[in-house]
Amino acid sequence: MENGMVNIQLISLVFAYIFVFILLLIVKKKKIGHEQEIILASVRMTIQLVAVGYLLKYVFANQSPFYSILILLVMEIFAIYNIYGRIDAEISLDFKKTIAVSMFAGTSISILFFVLIVIGLEPWFRSDYFIPLSGMLIGNSMTGISLGVNHLIGGFRDNKRLIENYLMLGAEPMYAVEKISNRAFYNAVLPTINSMMGMGIVFLPGMMTGQILAGASPVTAIKYQIAIMMGILGSVTLTVFFMVNRGSKTFFNKRKQLKIK
Amino acid sequence: MFKLQNIEFKNILQIDSIELKEHVTTAILGSSGGGKTTFLKLLNNMISADKGTIYYKDKDINNYDPVELRRKVVMLPQDPEIFKGTIRDNFIITEKIADKKHAGDDIYKNILKQVSLPKFLEDKAEDLSGGEKQRLALARVMLLEPEVLLLDEPSSSLDQETEEKIISMVVNYAVKNSRTLIMVTHSPAIAEKYADRIINIESGRIIK
Repeated sequence: MENGMVNIQLISLVFAYIFVFILLLIVKKKKIGHEQEIILASVRMTIQLVAVGYLLKYVFANQSPFYSILILLVMEIFAIYNIYGRIDAEISLDFKKTIAVSMFAGTSISILFFVLIVIGLEPWFRSDYFIPLSGMLIGNSMTGISLGVNHLIGGFRDNKRLIENYLMLGAEPMYAVEKISNRAFYNAVLPTINSMMGMGIVFLPGMMTGQILAGASPVTAIKYQIAIMMGILGSVTLTVFFMVNRGSKTFFNKRKQLKIK
Repeated sequence: MFKLQNIEFKNILQIDSIELKEHVTTAILGSSGGGKTTFLKLLNNMISADKGTIYYKDKDINNYDPVELRRKVVMLPQDPEIFKGTIRDNFIITEKIADKKHAGDDIYKNILKQVSLPKFLEDKAEDLSGGEKQRLALARVMLLEPEVLLLDEPSSSLDQETEEKIISMVVNYAVKNSRTLIMVTHSPAIAEKYADRIINIESGRIIK
């Protein structure tokens, strides 16, 4: 037991990897393939988590605003590259910059508001709160913005003729693509809204589960869960809103001509 | 009205010099892929030339706000998109697109009469036939009262008779309202019959 939490023995943890072997057996027998990918994912997860575990142990023991901000920046950069990797199409440098700025601005505003106003953290950089909470906001915003980007690109590609028709009739570019950008925004925010719908009934969210396992009262866990859900919603909303608004403009040149071929 | 000088657009179009006069109906003739549509798109700044200058009313079109220019020089594409909703919705959306004052049902009905589309404003636009959709698209353009109308040849899905009807309507509209019309067609007969001037474009060059 550690702070009222049942500690998992190392040998027991090894048994958990049985599930990876089950998956490997199935894909091999069914000739689905991708065995290497599954092994790589399992190994990567293990190494990454062990490394981050020791890193966090050090950072928590040596509280400093420098460490909190440094880790926040690393998470942001990793998230931005992850978003680029998830995009199915070639995108312009301008759009890439927009994604990075939207991600950084949207999550930073939300994290600061959440940490300073909602939680009232003192000191604000307390890394055992600041880092995991920021991670949740950044992770969810990353998923939201990836969805938004792909929907925006798809919307422009599928509606090229319609947009051109609007422009030929004298539409301002942003008016011509209003429906496309609104749809991209909605599709990006929808999973967050859906997860709020099922929360507490269909599933117990990860953070709440973690707190309960760590010995916190379910009522305290719920308060944190509600707060973090609102933080996630805010962060996803802001990042996707910035991305969609500025991103839509990157599809046009200075002469208000559609750039996609 | 338009003056084009030393125009080059990719490997598609090369024009040394040409002038298009006001209130004149010009037909652009030529085989497909020859650069006719590109020529029209250059005039309303849907695309920009790589080299050369285009003047509209003696002013370089790059010195116009592109949206302002497109509201004066409206292009009716080969296969126009019909907006979802009723015929009235199509007029209202067009007014919103071009930031134009709401004209109202009487004017809409009058325009429908001019394009010989005997339909109610409440009728669904999606249910119209190919030829009727072309007429509705033309009606929307007429609502905007452009100074210049650029007409790309109607989609090949239309039969010859319907295509000619639409062209004769556009020409009538342009002549009656003293508009400048520049239309693309593949048919020399239509060009001869309706245009004041014919320009031949082959392989991206104007053939004298």
